[in-house]
Amino acid sequence: MPEKFDAIVVGAGPAGIACAYELGKAGAKVLLIERGEYPGSKNVMGGVLYRKMMEEIIPDFHKEAPLERPIVEQRFMMMDKTSAVTFSYKGLEWATDPFNNFTVLRAKFDQWFASKAVEQGALLINETVVLECIVEDGKVVGVRTDRPDGELRADVVVLADGVNSLLAKSLGFHKEFRPDEVALATMEILKLDKKIIEDRFNLEEGQGCTIELFGDATKGILGTGFLYTNKDTLSIGVGTLLSGLIKHKIKPYELMEYVKMHPMIRPYIQGAEPQEYLAHLIPEGGYHSMPKVVAAGVLVVGDAAQLVNAIHREGSNMAMTSGRFAAETIVAAMGRGDFSEASLDEYRKKLMGSFVGQDLKKYKDATHHFDKFPQYFEQYIPMVNRAASQMLTVDGSSKREKQKKIWKEIGPAKKKLKIARDLLRVWKVMK
Amino acid sequence: MSRMLHIVACIKQVPDTKIIKMNPKTNTMDRSSAPAILNPYDSHAVEEAVRLRARYGGVVSVLTMGPPPAVKAIRKCIEIGADEGYMITDRAFAGADTLATSYALTKALEKIGEIRPIDVIICGKMTIDGDTGQVGPGIARRLDMPPLTSVNKVVEINQAERYTIIHRKLEDGHEVIRSTLPCLFSVEKDINDVPYSTLPNMLRAARYQPHIWSVSDLGDIDKTQLGLKGSPTIVSSVWAPQKPQGGKLLEGEPEEQIRQLLDVLLERRELFEVSAGGGAS
Repeated sequence: MPEKFDAIVVGAGPAGIACAYELGKAGAKVLLIERGEYPGSKNVMGGVLYRKMMEEIIPDFHKEAPLERPIVEQRFMMMDKTSAVTFSYKGLEWATDPFNNFTVLRAKFDQWFASKAVEQGALLINETVVLECIVEDGKVVGVRTDRPDGELRADVVVLADGVNSLLAKSLGFHKEFRPDEVALATMEILKLDKKIIEDRFNLEEGQGCTIELFGDATKGILGTGFLYTNKDTLSIGVGTLLSGLIKHKIKPYELMEYVKMHPMIRPYIQGAEPQEYLAHLIPEGGYHSMPKVVAAGVLVVGDAAQLVNAIHREGSNMAMTSGRFAAETIVAAMGRGDFSEASLDEYRKKLMGSFVGQDLKKYKDATHHFDKFPQYFEQYIPMVNRAASQMLTVDGSSKREKQKKIWKEIGPAKKKLKIARDLLRVWKVMK
Repeated sequence: MSRMLHIVACIKQVPDTKIIKMNPKTNTMDRSSAPAILNPYDSHAVEEAVRLRARYGGVVSVLTMGPPPAVKAIRKCIEIGADEGYMITDRAFAGADTLATSYALTKALEKIGEIRPIDVIICGKMTIDGDTGQVGPGIARRLDMPPLTSVNKVVEINQAERYTIIHRKLEDGHEVIRSTLPCLFSVEKDINDVPYSTLPNMLRAARYQPHIWSVSDLGDIDKTQLGLKGSPTIVSSVWAPQKPQGGKLLEGEPEEQIRQLLDVLLERRELFEVSAGGGAS
């Protein structure tokens, strides 16, 4: 007779671990199943962990979690081929408790986070693949794994199995995602001396900096690049919609090499030695791509539910919050002894009422918009670069002449009107 | 009716030497550069114990010495199917060579034997971080048990008549040996294949809390024989083996390649000739 749990959580990423943590804490009998060798071994993100949502699960986590550096400066680089317009905010209020966000290496952080869930009473097993949900009378009642005697029962199964969620797909919650609903991100971890990192990025000891890269970092394809400081490594990466890579016939590692060799980036990573190479899909379809997230005996959380805000590079925070909501819902459902879709729908309501649902709604058309109108990345960023160059190059012509020249370079009135229209469109999808 | 068979596997957590980096300055292993795993030979030792239990009934225990994180290696053995796990951990054990290690493990085995008398001790052939293969025979000597090394098949264990028959792997065949019980096997990798663990075993391992002992739990123990103090072995230097340089790749049809090879060998025939009166040693 297969063992029965109150809840089985499939996948030990931020969403799954947060859910298992909260369930363990509430005294539920919960099993967390991870397919990798250990939690984090297969998990990838650029590396920014947001304090607030983590703190809602483990207050004061920053005192013991394996974090890399607290971020004190966020730079945004709009790149052309041999130039970049950068703006940045640096604030020392981010350098002290309570901090704003941190860089992390997921292999380390997720392992730690999972160990905290185990401390709360969750049971964790690794190297085990859940092949399918067991469905009886229209209800999910357990899982079937790839191990001998591999069936288990549960009142609720939480699908935290990541972007491609094969389990949600096999339950018919979503179809195969289209190439314009997912981004492919590749990243490298480069080893570099601590002191050199701090010198190059203008940081005090222990402080961190993030740089987001737009424009030529992705050769004008919709997407972004990033360069983050860790303790004694740098995380560098680039992510673009899969459809963009297909359309431009660029291989992800070629784009990665291009970013690393870019004259605006190369000096930062000079002499740094590649340590790891990672690649992962990111769900960027947003609100319109969200699958069904609740059914009888089952909830979908994190990337599996497409909870990513591509515009603000947020995902792990949404994942954790969704995991927490799922746990709260399950605990309440246990109290009622009712695991029907109607009972578990509390999860969806919580999710959509929170910043997760609100933000996804706010930006519901943003990615599609930028994908449909490539001129923002292809034309406007180089234009801004040329304008800055004009304005700041001292060549004996008057500033008024320079302004005239910039204005003329933008193009005829028709072109200017188009730009104005595009800016208005951006305002509409982002507001 | 005879008592239940008790098999104890001695296991070790080791850095995965397939991916470990060497520190070029100190010529030592950078243990932080590789994840800790159950010594691969030991997984076969545990698997063999589990198979013998399936054949004859009984109890399988595992024993390890190591720092607290080595609990993970014990859990791995529970996944394979072991019933109980014992761990000795103490600063006093640190820095032990094979002599001191076999002493400490022997003391722990004596204590396990008091709980349930031991019939067979199984060790892996060697560890992949030390490569000595000395600890198994060291334990056997101290416990005055027959050390059966290079075991690649257990034909029979007869609990009632207190004997076992095993195969020892030789370069050109195998040796069939009958030994009295209790005895110690150190096993080859080809003795079995370790299957994918069952889900109930995985769950049991995740919940399992091993018995953990420190030096003070081991009673009558000579502390001068423990750890670095009890280790006469000195590692004077360690180096990564040089990859052989040069060499020549023969090309052409197989017949042509053979002809070329023969030419080369004949040219250097003096290398293969046995000097008069000597003989190969």
